Amino acid sequence: MRLGDLSAHEVRKRLANNALILGTGPFAVRIRSQVADVAAGLSLLYGDFRLLDGEVCDMHVRVDPVRGPRRWLRPQVNFWHDGYAPFKALPANHAFAMLEWGLNWSVASHAHHFLMLHAAVLERHGQAVLLPGDPGAGKSTLTAALMLSGWRLLSDEIALVDRDDGRLVGLARPVSLKNASIDVIRGAFPHALVGPPALDTHKGTVAHLRPTPDSVARSLEKVSPRWVIFPRWRDGGRVQLTPHSRADAFLHTASHAFNYSTLGSLGFELNADLMDSCACFDFEYSRLEDAVRTFEELGV
Amino acid sequence: MEDLDPAGWDLLLRQAQAASLLPRLAVTAESLGLDDAIPAPVRPHLAAARSVASKQHQAVRWEVRRIAHALGGLGARVALLKGAAYAIADLPPAAGRLFSDVDILVPHEALSRVEAALMLAGWHASRVNGYDQRYYRQWMHELPPLTHIRRRTVIDVHHNLLPETSRMRTRAAPVLEAARPVQGIPGLFVPTVEDLVLHSACHRFHEGEWRYGLRDLVDIDAMLRMCLDGPAAWDALLVRARALNLERPLFYALASCSAWLNTPIPEAILGACPGKPAWWQRRLVLSLVNAAIASFHYSCRTGLTGPASLMLYQ
Repeated sequence: MRLGDLSAHEVRKRLANNALILGTGPFAVRIRSQVADVAAGLSLLYGDFRLLDGEVCDMHVRVDPVRGPRRWLRPQVNFWHDGYAPFKALPANHAFAMLEWGLNWSVASHAHHFLMLHAAVLERHGQAVLLPGDPGAGKSTLTAALMLSGWRLLSDEIALVDRDDGRLVGLARPVSLKNASIDVIRGAFPHALVGPPALDTHKGTVAHLRPTPDSVARSLEKVSPRWVIFPRWRDGGRVQLTPHSRADAFLHTASHAFNYSTLGSLGFELNADLMDSCACFDFEYSRLEDAVRTFEELGV
Repeated sequence: MEDLDPAGWDLLLRQAQAASLLPRLAVTAESLGLDDAIPAPVRPHLAAARSVASKQHQAVRWEVRRIAHALGGLGARVALLKGAAYAIADLPPAAGRLFSDVDILVPHEALSRVEAALMLAGWHASRVNGYDQRYYRQWMHELPPLTHIRRRTVIDVHHNLLPETSRMRTRAAPVLEAARPVQGIPGLFVPTVEDLVLHSACHRFHEGEWRYGLRDLVDIDAMLRMCLDGPAAWDALLVRARALNLERPLFYALASCSAWLNTPIPEAILGACPGKPAWWQRRLVLSLVNAAIASFHYSCRTGLTGPASLMLYQ
């Protein structure tokens, strides 16, 4: 069964009773919340995700109002990973964004049976492209545009590399769009389903984009890495795809990874194998349609 | 472990994670060859936990070498305590143990030289104001925690086993004297197993941080099971407890290990333990201890957990 098969009322009830288990890629996540925005956000953006009934869950997360005066006065919510709150409380209208950040934290802090790189991952024709990118480089915007142009989304934030075979596993969770990129994506892809924006977060305005049904349905399909591309958006610049040294790509991904050092020599070997199987590029663009066309020509 | 149903595994994973014992569980399961009996959704969690533990062991070994290097020229004995001692001496609690800091014990008279040498090597007291500095130095058995400016690792420098304000008086000199040199790292020592048991017991029953309560019992249990062989060894532990004036915490540690972990402790030893308190005191403290140890995960907490942790800390 999929989350979208449940009525809004049923989603709210299951969330309140700690009885909603969502399958996102390889993880079974049990979510508890009595916040209406969380239920609405999940119904809107996670409709294609599997509902699970397994008893062993990989994560137990919760987003709920805090205790004390801040429950009522300028209300705040917090995120708990199995009873532990890694963040400070946030204004109640950031509840859904907080669930998204919390889930990222939960995966990045616990899933050490994967090498986790800080990169977006997309797939086309059985080949994956990794987009590591510094904040503000336009990684999420490009990821959203590629997904909405037919690429399969594996992840917009955490690249999961399977420890056993070095292949990439998907999460297919919503893409986090920030500030101007929200309107850019809405303008370029009018059919895209973007959730209500959370204003004035520490990242500015944030809104989440619903992943395509194909991305969600195939999230467990592993794929081999083929390209590592460092995107950079430059206003008015020409489209440029230039080779990037593999050694530098290795160092960049290793130093920005979530658990490269935790895995010790295994982390080194996995990342080295990944770079060996990839062609690495820098990519500059200003117009999304040019970027999408360049990516389509990659495999040719 | 073979008898757990999936719901039992789900709860065990969460409780073990919260108690900092998941890697211990994972390493134990592997060494017992239980991997095939473990449900498929559980296995990745154990693999992940093993990675974290082996990374931490590697990091602690590196850190200990840096500390030995920084303190090498002082000529004072430097002994490792708790996790770092278990890891470096490869004692039974080391398998799958996690570390939050490195604890060292130095002679009181060498304290300022040790602190200066550590500062030169990059460790400094962070976020501690003048009042705290003075409080630690006057009343505590350790310096304020020292954090390395680049690696952010933390050292606790002890000069005694218990705070100066403690009703119970003990001395660190005999522990340092009896400590044995670490192979391959000159200047560095590890206390005897008896002293490590006694230190862990007095640390557990005289300080707070009850979320590590079960983890500490597991440490003590592992040493008692694997290192104390025969009545003579148990007698030696009691004699040592008397010499260091740590009989009371030893009694509570033995009683708690026996209750929580089924540690095989000879009846005669518990009965003869010289620090055995009166029956009403025993019952009261042990029921508070049980409530406080259960604080590691919310599924175990009871109404008594909060007040018990607070009362035991006083």
